[in-house]
Amino acid sequence: MSLEKQGVATGWNFLSQESGFEIGETLIEYWSDETYLKALWVGLLNTVYVALIGNVLAVLVGLFIGVFSMSPNWMISRICRFYVEIARNIPLLLQLFFWYSLFNELLPAVDQAYSLGDMVFLSQRGLKFPWFMAGHWEIPTLSGFDFTGGGTLTPEFLSLIMGLVFYTGAYNAEIVRAGIESIPRGQWEAAQSLGLTRIQMLIKVIIPQSMQVAIPPMISQLLNLSKNSSLAVAIGFPDFVTIANTTLNQTGQAVEVISLIMIIYLFMSLSTSFIANLYHRSIAHKGAER
Amino acid sequence: MDSIISMNNVNKYYGDFHVLKDINLTVKPKEKIVLLGPSGSGKSTLVRLINRLEEHQHGQIIVDGITLNENVKNIEKIRSEVGMVFQSFNLFPHLSILENLTLAPIKVRKENKASAEKRAMELLERVKIADQALKYPGQLSGGQQQRVAIARALCMQPKIMLFDEPTSALDPEMVKEVLDVMVDLAKEGMTMMCVTHEMGFAKEVADRVIFMDAGQIVEEDNPHQFFSGPKSERGQQFLSQIL
Amino acid sequence: MNFGERSGLWMKKNLFSSPKESIVSIILGSIIFAAISKLLNWMLLSATWTGSAEVCRANSGFCWPFLWEKMSLILFGLYPREYLWRPILTVIAFVVLMFMSFDKKRWGLNLLINWLVLGFWTLFFLRGGMFGLHYIESDSWGGLPLTLLLFTFGLLGAYPLGIFLALGRRSDLIIIKWICIGFIELIRGVPLISVLFMASVLFPLFLPEGVVFEKYWRAQIAFILFMGAYMAEVVRGGLQAISKGQTEAAKALGLSSPQTQIFIILPQALRIVIPPTVSTAIGLFKDTSLVLIIALFDLLGSTKSALKDSSWLGFSVEAYVFVGLIYYFFCSSLSRLSRKMERELSVVKR
Repeated sequence: MSLEKQGVATGWNFLSQESGFEIGETLIEYWSDETYLKALWVGLLNTVYVALIGNVLAVLVGLFIGVFSMSPNWMISRICRFYVEIARNIPLLLQLFFWYSLFNELLPAVDQAYSLGDMVFLSQRGLKFPWFMAGHWEIPTLSGFDFTGGGTLTPEFLSLIMGLVFYTGAYNAEIVRAGIESIPRGQWEAAQSLGLTRIQMLIKVIIPQSMQVAIPPMISQLLNLSKNSSLAVAIGFPDFVTIANTTLNQTGQAVEVISLIMIIYLFMSLSTSFIANLYHRSIAHKGAER
Repeated sequence: MDSIISMNNVNKYYGDFHVLKDINLTVKPKEKIVLLGPSGSGKSTLVRLINRLEEHQHGQIIVDGITLNENVKNIEKIRSEVGMVFQSFNLFPHLSILENLTLAPIKVRKENKASAEKRAMELLERVKIADQALKYPGQLSGGQQQRVAIARALCMQPKIMLFDEPTSALDPEMVKEVLDVMVDLAKEGMTMMCVTHEMGFAKEVADRVIFMDAGQIVEEDNPHQFFSGPKSERGQQFLSQIL
Repeated sequence: MNFGERSGLWMKKNLFSSPKESIVSIILGSIIFAAISKLLNWMLLSATWTGSAEVCRANSGFCWPFLWEKMSLILFGLYPREYLWRPILTVIAFVVLMFMSFDKKRWGLNLLINWLVLGFWTLFFLRGGMFGLHYIESDSWGGLPLTLLLFTFGLLGAYPLGIFLALGRRSDLIIIKWICIGFIELIRGVPLISVLFMASVLFPLFLPEGVVFEKYWRAQIAFILFMGAYMAEVVRGGLQAISKGQTEAAKALGLSSPQTQIFIILPQALRIVIPPTVSTAIGLFKDTSLVLIIALFDLLGSTKSALKDSSWLGFSVEAYVFVGLIYYFFCSSLSRLSRKMERELSVVKR
């Protein structure tokens, strides 16, 4: 192998070396004099965090849009289909850049932030809101160049979540719609003849049945969103890939770092589909018993 | 040669399930055999052993002088000598009727296209379907499809024809058109093994009726004898249920 | 019934079927009207049509001068200006072939061969160095032609690879079977970025010294491998949908296993899965944008570089809307094609 000749360091020792870089947003405390391992852990937590929040929102958007795209009101169903059409035919990366650029170009600077009752502020620096900290509610206040106190959602985080949810939500909506369309007319007619309202029909009769059809493709969308969250690297949100990429650039340990990325995602994907398979089998079993 | 098919002590298992038990059977050239029996008795499996769509575990099967074993060349040789007609037609939906017939002669026998097509048209003429040659299977009725399937098997000029419940998937009014073709074929002297529930056909055509139950050959007789009074109790029971 | 009556009935049924629906329709209608008029106002009425970046900044509308200025950089990257006719021709050829593909009379092997020819035509025109065309190295390829090239070759490579992997996955040979399963699941389990990283950082490390492999080709191979795994799953779905009777009938006629696959199973399986195949292809089209992360200048990559010009800072929205429309044009055309194929093929067969 020509690796040594090219001066590429090998081995896993780098994990215990000092990283020396700051991380913009973290779920746990982290300092730049801590190890690469810790930094990567912080990144992994961010990835899981984004995947969880993104998926919950994307499923909600999918349910909402999917159901409304079947609405008898022409205008509602048109709007839903239009959204799905736009979101699915434009690359996610471009959408991420677009949302991110909105923060930079359309939102005001910090000192002119839009505010909601002087409690919630939206500016180029992201969304600031009151948050329970150290035993009491803190309200963000402007001091110098930025707000202090309270909670923050950074532009990077918000654009990433918006991009992922807008994009995947459209796919989820199509899955929900296909699920609803798979229910035979007889079920609607039976529900109607019992005198249920449209909402009751959907919630009590149609949606529970369409889940059987919708869940397998939905799970593959969950995985897609999780994998796509790695595009965070393009807008600078410190997810696992972003931090791994920085690590790669600083240490030059390409083989190790790239295998690490692959192993982590492979583990996430395989364990998700394993659990999904177990779940699906139990559902299918129930169906057979009926 | 005395027999064209011979089976000696053939046994077959699906996992633990013993599907065929100690089957001994010889078929002479030009003989017509009808296999009867309740569903699950193993008659389809027995027929499918002959062109090795199923593999047997014990015993010996010799077809046209060739012993069936793992040898792939032998299997392909035998398959091109043995025609088969399935319950569900199994025509190739992406090929036209004519292409369905000529595919095997051209690809397996390396025959040239013109002569394969000539014979195919003659066969389609015989099964009274020549005018549909350029259509696709999906455009034909069930009875027409099954006649095409018979012509497709004949196009390989087989020495033996196997029929696996050829009329079971047909609407009642189409059964006759298929049976007529099979009767014609029998009269021309083809060696035939048929799994069927058509008793009229069995009476008219069969040289020998084989009654199977639970993986065993229970009774072998000429049709006249079998239908007038089976020797075995299970045979009597079977007849009383279907007649 | 005249037009007025018909549209009146239609509106009553679809917009004003009950008082509640009517309120919803009116509210939504006015929101849509407001949004469209605001959009038109931004893009046309209050837009800046000529002038410098300063004029645009002073104005609040859409900055057209930015697009005029950066158009060729966005569309064709850093391709030498004097040879620009070459990438322009390739884009035209692509669009023409794409629309020719809508004609159902052309569907078949010939169309596939046309796409193959298009792939090599694009490569030849971009690269040159033959038949008197000036050689342009792949580092200067950029913009839309690069996107189309990555897509075309990606698809032409991934489709056969997917077929082989799908067949391998059903192979009786345990080793082949597990290699295929392992490859498919590995690739599908990791993000495309990591495969691209691997191609751009790792491939060169493992190559023998002195062998240089241009970045474009590394990315191209990464795309083929990545999409091959997804295509394999699509094809597998088709293979599973073909009934066992088809194989049995083919075997009973004496066809060998390879003959059965080639003449009987694959033609049917591939036809069934045309819609998901095209969806996967659309996914590939969108995913080509990821090459900018490894510093290739595809359509999105060259857009990003156009935005870096310090005298034209702050017009990202304009640029993204413009390239968004280009991506939308290609992707939605492909999905219309897929819907048409689905419709036509389901009518012709059975």
